[in-house]
Amino acid sequence: MLGLSQQALLRLPWRRSLESIALPVIALTAALIIFGGFCAMAGANPFQVYGSIYKAAFGRWSAWQHTLILSAPLMLTALCTALPARLGLVIIGNEGALVMGGLAAMATGLGLGITLPPLMVQLAMAAAGMAAGGLWIMLAGALRYYRGVNETISSLLLNYIAIAIMNHLVEGPMRDASFVIKPSSAELDPANWLGAIPGSRIHFGLLYGLVVCLLAYVLIQRTPFGFAARIVGGNIRAARIAGLPVGKLTLAICFLGGSAAGLAGMVEVAAVQKRINQSLVSNYGYAGILVAFVSRHNPLATILAAILLGGILASGGILQRSHNLPDATVLVFQGIVFLCVLYSESLYGKFPCFREGEG
Amino acid sequence: MDTLAQLSPTPTRLQAPPQLDVVDITKQFGRFTALDQVSMTLKPGSIHALLGENGAGKSTLVKCVMGFYKPTAGQVLLDQQVSIINSPRDAHAYGIGMVYQHFTSVPAMTVAENLVLSRYDRQTVINWKQEFEQLGAFMAQSPFHIDLTIPVAHLAAGQKQKLEILKQLYLKCRILILDEPTSVLTPGEADEVLGLLRSDVVQDNLSVLLITHKFREVQAFADEVTILRKGKLAGQGAVKDLTVNAMAEMMLGEAGNAKAIAKLPPETRTPVLSILNLHANRDNGLPAVRGVNLTVHTGEIVGIAGVSGNGQRELVEVLAGQRQSTTGRIEVNGESYRGTREEMFRHQVYALPEEPLRNACVPTMSVAENMALRTFDQPPQVKWRWLLILKAIRQMAQGLVKAFSVKTPSLETPISYLSGGNVQRTVLAREISSESVKLLIAANPCFGLDFSAVDFIHNALVDARNRGVAVLMMSEDLDELLSLADRILVMSDGELVYESEIDQADLGIIGQRMAGH
Repeated sequence: MLGLSQQALLRLPWRRSLESIALPVIALTAALIIFGGFCAMAGANPFQVYGSIYKAAFGRWSAWQHTLILSAPLMLTALCTALPARLGLVIIGNEGALVMGGLAAMATGLGLGITLPPLMVQLAMAAAGMAAGGLWIMLAGALRYYRGVNETISSLLLNYIAIAIMNHLVEGPMRDASFVIKPSSAELDPANWLGAIPGSRIHFGLLYGLVVCLLAYVLIQRTPFGFAARIVGGNIRAARIAGLPVGKLTLAICFLGGSAAGLAGMVEVAAVQKRINQSLVSNYGYAGILVAFVSRHNPLATILAAILLGGILASGGILQRSHNLPDATVLVFQGIVFLCVLYSESLYGKFPCFREGEG
Repeated sequence: MDTLAQLSPTPTRLQAPPQLDVVDITKQFGRFTALDQVSMTLKPGSIHALLGENGAGKSTLVKCVMGFYKPTAGQVLLDQQVSIINSPRDAHAYGIGMVYQHFTSVPAMTVAENLVLSRYDRQTVINWKQEFEQLGAFMAQSPFHIDLTIPVAHLAAGQKQKLEILKQLYLKCRILILDEPTSVLTPGEADEVLGLLRSDVVQDNLSVLLITHKFREVQAFADEVTILRKGKLAGQGAVKDLTVNAMAEMMLGEAGNAKAIAKLPPETRTPVLSILNLHANRDNGLPAVRGVNLTVHTGEIVGIAGVSGNGQRELVEVLAGQRQSTTGRIEVNGESYRGTREEMFRHQVYALPEEPLRNACVPTMSVAENMALRTFDQPPQVKWRWLLILKAIRQMAQGLVKAFSVKTPSLETPISYLSGGNVQRTVLAREISSESVKLLIAANPCFGLDFSAVDFIHNALVDARNRGVAVLMMSEDLDELLSLADRILVMSDGELVYESEIDQADLGIIGQRMAGH
């Protein structure tokens, strides 16, 4: 008797785990079907389009590499939304934090030049990028905590400010006059470029993304800090009764989220762009919001969602070339996925088959 | 358009309001009898007070009259005619209107817009010129005057309350039911509103049924009073024939029949919690706690009685760390206390707040995680300061679930899936199971629980007291305080207005103090 009830107590809630896997899958399937309808209306055969997307994203090793390169910054920018979300904040300042991180990293990289070994320079660039991105989002957190300013709006507006600061710098103080294609900063010394993982053309940024996501998962699920953050996010009144420092936690988690996006900025400038210019604003930040919501703010699931979205982004070109679909088709797909996933959020707990039974 | 319709925007003041009789009304919710054969009469052109503690059945009675509830037995008569009232809209057709405790106006709209909005018969097009003429005429005749053109958001609480009453008059109600209309008003505003209504009542234009806790209002403004206690009629009569003491006794009943739970005499008596001149505000910035001084000693239960809304909730929130005080000082064991986690742990301060799911639990987290809210950053649940040992959390939770008989499908079930009593037990397990508890802050710990759960919690509290825990307990249930507390205080309008050892407590005075007398 006793043993039985003990076992019942310790049983793991597999049905609910299944639910949190099944619902996103269902949402993605629904998004595919709707997108198929869109393609058909645009005059393309939906099944051929699906096939093309798959081939362009995951069909060959070279496609995989392209997908992974695109997904690396997404993993990092997604955390900028996913981490504060555990505290109940909706932060969408990913793009701005990425830009600020990229700026700070580039300034550090250009400043240090070749005075230090490349690894040291890269670490300094990463630290500067994380600090800048972190402080940027912490600003939104501080406005929220101390002044009650809506963090979604303030972080959104901070995006525009960050981009304006970048434009100002590349057209003024940081401008490289010898580079005439568009206003840009000087080029990072090739010694300090973030190289490719041996045997591939994937840069080391992917590794950064994977490691940071893993660390973020451990931080949220397995440390007292993450536990406290989840309490604050779940019920701030209970957090106060437990004596938790709500303000410090808010600032800390906003800093961590922002620093992940800042690191994405560093990766982008050190591995892809090599210069600061308008191309740094390439929607990785906004796509990161989507990744965070698809993964339900779980840092491990973020990895998968980022790869998935990276694949969708990677297939953009082929849709235009082989199916005569407009350039923005990928964005349409991305938007449909976002809406389906947001809608599926409202379905948790609605299906009896996912409820924990009594027996 | 005929002449009658043109006249109708102002209440016709030709005949007296109907007489309202409530005859032998009984209302049962399942097996619980909320009202037991209660009768009363609201005479035309009078103010009738309905007096009783929280949960005495006052609201149930008026909800039966208003048609929110269908009474299990009994009738409502208007001018001796049996009237079937199935909805508030039916009640309105009979000229009965109710003013609720909370405001029901749209803050961003003007007074005039709110009045027009409240009408049931809305036209497609509103002729504002005509409406303003009619509203102006109505306002000229009404007991209160409010500028029609200002937005409701700019009105003070007293004026908003007046607007709520005006709305009912505008809807041509002749019988007004006011549900604790003065709970949100200052005494001055309360006197003004009730005084103006009184003058209208005296002119035979209106009857008022006034739900209240406050004897002062009953004595100053009511003609007759009906007193309810635990769903039964406890007394009735003309206010001028009743003393405050007599009304207090009827409202609170014979005390001292509380069952004795064995209390041990305290071994030592040292102060644990000292509150010095504490002030705190409500959410809206108005003062709630106004200069409270209080000391709680080891092995003592100090009870704070009071009608809800007199600052007790804010006091508890300050002590539990949920609200900032404006001025004043809290000391625990002689040291300044600000409700940080480190201080809570060092001094072993725990709390049993009211509405535990809202105040003390994280609904989305599991039973085990909720049980670890106090301990997750202490060994053995944490290792090397940065690693949670989930197994230790589960083990502790498993023990507590058994010891406190929490009924839950599993430890991983989100706590919001549990029943109210089991949520309460979960919190209780977390807050009082530790042997090292030194100070416990409790607020309405048994609200909404069944008898067995109440006994369980009461015994747990007395047991903690016998172990030397200092307990500060706020409750709206006077019987609970009388049976558990060693010392009782009354809080009214943000101040402690009465203090007595439990064996010398005078129930009559407690009742008067609770009622702000």
